[in-house]
Amino acid sequence: MAPPADALTTLEAVRVTALYGRRAVVKDVSVRFAERTVTAVIGPSGCGKSTFLRCLNRMHELSEGGWVTGKVLLDGHDIYDTDVDPVQLRRRIGMVFQRPTPFPTMSIYDNVAAGLRVNGRRSRSELDEVVERALRQAALWDEVKDRLRANALSLSGGQQQRLCVARTLAPEPEVVLLDEPTASLDPGGTQRIEELCHELKTRYTIVIVTHNLQQAARVSDYTGFFYLGELVEMGRTEELFTKPAKEQTEAYITGRFG
Amino acid sequence: MNARRLRRRLVSGLMTSLVGLLSFLAVLALVLILAHLVAKGASSLDWSFFTKNPVPAGQAGGGVANAIVGTAIIVGVAALIGLPVGIGTGLYLAEYGSGRLGWTVRFLADVLNGTPSIVVGIFAWTWLVKPMGHFSALAGSVSLGVLMVPMIARTSEEMVRLVPHSLREAALALGYPRWRTSLRIVARTALAGIVTGCLVGVARIAGETAPLLFTALGNLNFSTSIGEPMQTLSLQIYAYATGPFEEWHRLAWAAALVLMGLVLLLALVARWAIRQRHGATR
Amino acid sequence: MTALPIEPVPSPADDTERPRGPTWRLRRGINTGDRVYRAILTMLALALPLLLVTLVGQLLVSAWPSIRRFGFHFLWSSVWDPVAGVFGAAPMIFGTLVSSLLALVIAVPLALGVAIYLTEFAPKWLRAPVAFLVELLAAIPSVVYGLWGVFVLIPFLRGYVVPPLRAVLGWTPFVSGVFYGNSLLAGAIILAIMIVPYIAAVSREILLAVPATQREAALAMGATRWEAVWTTVVPYGRTGLMGAVILGLGRALGETMAVTMLIGNRHDIGLSVLQPAYTMAAAIANEFSEATTSLYLSALFEVGLLLFLVTVLVNAFARLLIWRVARGTAVGSRAL
Repeated sequence: MAPPADALTTLEAVRVTALYGRRAVVKDVSVRFAERTVTAVIGPSGCGKSTFLRCLNRMHELSEGGWVTGKVLLDGHDIYDTDVDPVQLRRRIGMVFQRPTPFPTMSIYDNVAAGLRVNGRRSRSELDEVVERALRQAALWDEVKDRLRANALSLSGGQQQRLCVARTLAPEPEVVLLDEPTASLDPGGTQRIEELCHELKTRYTIVIVTHNLQQAARVSDYTGFFYLGELVEMGRTEELFTKPAKEQTEAYITGRFG
Repeated sequence: MNARRLRRRLVSGLMTSLVGLLSFLAVLALVLILAHLVAKGASSLDWSFFTKNPVPAGQAGGGVANAIVGTAIIVGVAALIGLPVGIGTGLYLAEYGSGRLGWTVRFLADVLNGTPSIVVGIFAWTWLVKPMGHFSALAGSVSLGVLMVPMIARTSEEMVRLVPHSLREAALALGYPRWRTSLRIVARTALAGIVTGCLVGVARIAGETAPLLFTALGNLNFSTSIGEPMQTLSLQIYAYATGPFEEWHRLAWAAALVLMGLVLLLALVARWAIRQRHGATR
Repeated sequence: MTALPIEPVPSPADDTERPRGPTWRLRRGINTGDRVYRAILTMLALALPLLLVTLVGQLLVSAWPSIRRFGFHFLWSSVWDPVAGVFGAAPMIFGTLVSSLLALVIAVPLALGVAIYLTEFAPKWLRAPVAFLVELLAAIPSVVYGLWGVFVLIPFLRGYVVPPLRAVLGWTPFVSGVFYGNSLLAGAIILAIMIVPYIAAVSREILLAVPATQREAALAMGATRWEAVWTTVVPYGRTGLMGAVILGLGRALGETMAVTMLIGNRHDIGLSVLQPAYTMAAAIANEFSEATTSLYLSALFEVGLLLFLVTVLVNAFARLLIWRVARGTAVGSRAL
């Protein structure tokens, strides 16, 4: 797999296998995610890309019967090490899900601040500052700055998803994982999120799982193609899309199966 | 349209009317009961009815002040006992209840839901009245609290389960520990539903009489002491309805109207609470 | 790997290079929060099994003197003589069973009719209000039913029901003897009214769970509306409906206040529904406070134990039937 050896790495998966009971859905995947880049993970439905993503922040083990072998190195330290607290870890690696999931009993402000409050940061001025910064980064500030106290559900679908992005960004994670973040949005909302990816990659390392090949091509620097739980090919996006090395990759990209 | 088809159509129409009629009869029963309550009880509802205590047998007048206060106290203490245990059990079942203990508790809750309340009454008698040597409101509250637990546990669990899994995941991915996710995010989201279930549970036990017969016993005087016998509306109705005096019967209807009003109020608030919640979401 | 606390990354003043900061490590959180939470909830949840065990155990202990004295004879002896210290519960058992079964016979058509009407035939705007009204029936306290029964139902029976009943069935032993008002008939009828909402609510939930495709398939084949419902929906939910009915039975078996106010409270086995009778719950309610000897009390505890076991068995059976259809959802627990 062609990880660019010259870039600084923050996140690396080493021979990661994810299983449900005895069934492996992600098989022996090794990949390096370069710092401050966007890496897209593509592949047909059920190929394990979402499951792989959830291995990166130790969410897979929360599923019924889920467990992981292999290592995931964050700045050189294996997050699956026994002395690592998954709760603390998940504060360093953020995740945005397919459907917008704002906390329904909280206001917009409280939603964004949630990740900070759970970390113990409570000072009002600090929270104000961070909330504004996160909302600006998520390109939502102008639309909500006058109604931060309104209930989060009063926003539209696309706005709610950006709210979830802001919520994920507020605690300043190192890595942001996006699991098909635009799947339930209209084209306008999708475009906003994709623009966000471009802006955010100057500060965060982003891994985005997507069904949409054009989206992967638009948004990412590197792309990895998954099929039946294995990482078939990985490389710079332009190369993968124009000159794929493996036949399977080419078949998927040209739409011969999907 | 041949004869057979016509007959089938007729049967269908007939049966439709029949089930409609049966429903009408069922609603009619309710209407009759409520109508009688109002007709026979409303005229007795005056200020003294609510503020006075019962007068000696045979005399006219008197009220149910002690019963109203007694109902409030006994139900209140019962709720203090039953709600935490019930909600806690419900949260347990929703969060950790997929194991063997979970299924056992769930099954037991469903089964205990149907236990005759009088059996709970004699149980409370053995454990509280007998050792204490006298009847008490506390014993009554305990028996009512025990009745509440299976009810509240199941409705709480159901309400918590309605919260979408994705919400729980979003919180966990943000770095919320499991207990905080369960409380601050999941339970908090289900709160309106849980409250509704609690109100319904409270309404149900507010009307109970059987378990109080040998625990709280009843009291002709005004009492707010938990360690002493206490009167409730339900006990008062029973005593007056089965007594020989016309006056008592009149008061029984009025007290029944008040009790029914209380139960109705709780049921309506419960419905309002859940509608509020749904109104707030999109 | 040594454990060090996390250093929070400071946010940069401008949008360029984010300072790396010292090597970032993770600490093993002493997840006490999770453990304490689970422990508390588990303890609270253990209350129910504990309660059940204690309840059964204590009933057994208190009933033991009577069990030992009378053995199985208790179940079929009709002699209930507190003075002589001889107790037999057959009349109560008989009365409980007959009144409950009679109540079911009256209630089931009503309740199923309501459930079917509400789920299949009622116009949309009518469904919620009627359902609410039926639920309200379930909210009426037992003692209020009793009050209404004594002063409204019994006079009504005496005036408008018993005479025609006597005219039609007076030649049978089931409708004979003097009607004093308080009777098996009155008890059964009030029980029927009381369990209708309960059976209707659970039946409704069962019927709502039947997939619409069942009915639609029948309609597509040319069935009339009634036929579609009767031949597809109802049979599909058959197990659950049976469970609903048995739940109603369980409810009826344990009803106390309304029954004791209407049934006559007499230790007697008779074939006529016009005669007074007794149920287990009513007996306990009536006689517990007056039990003068410990054997008397023990006999009543034995009645309580019997009542408890019977209702638990009936309810467990009903729940099993319903679980087979509804898979562990709390069907019917919201019905008051």
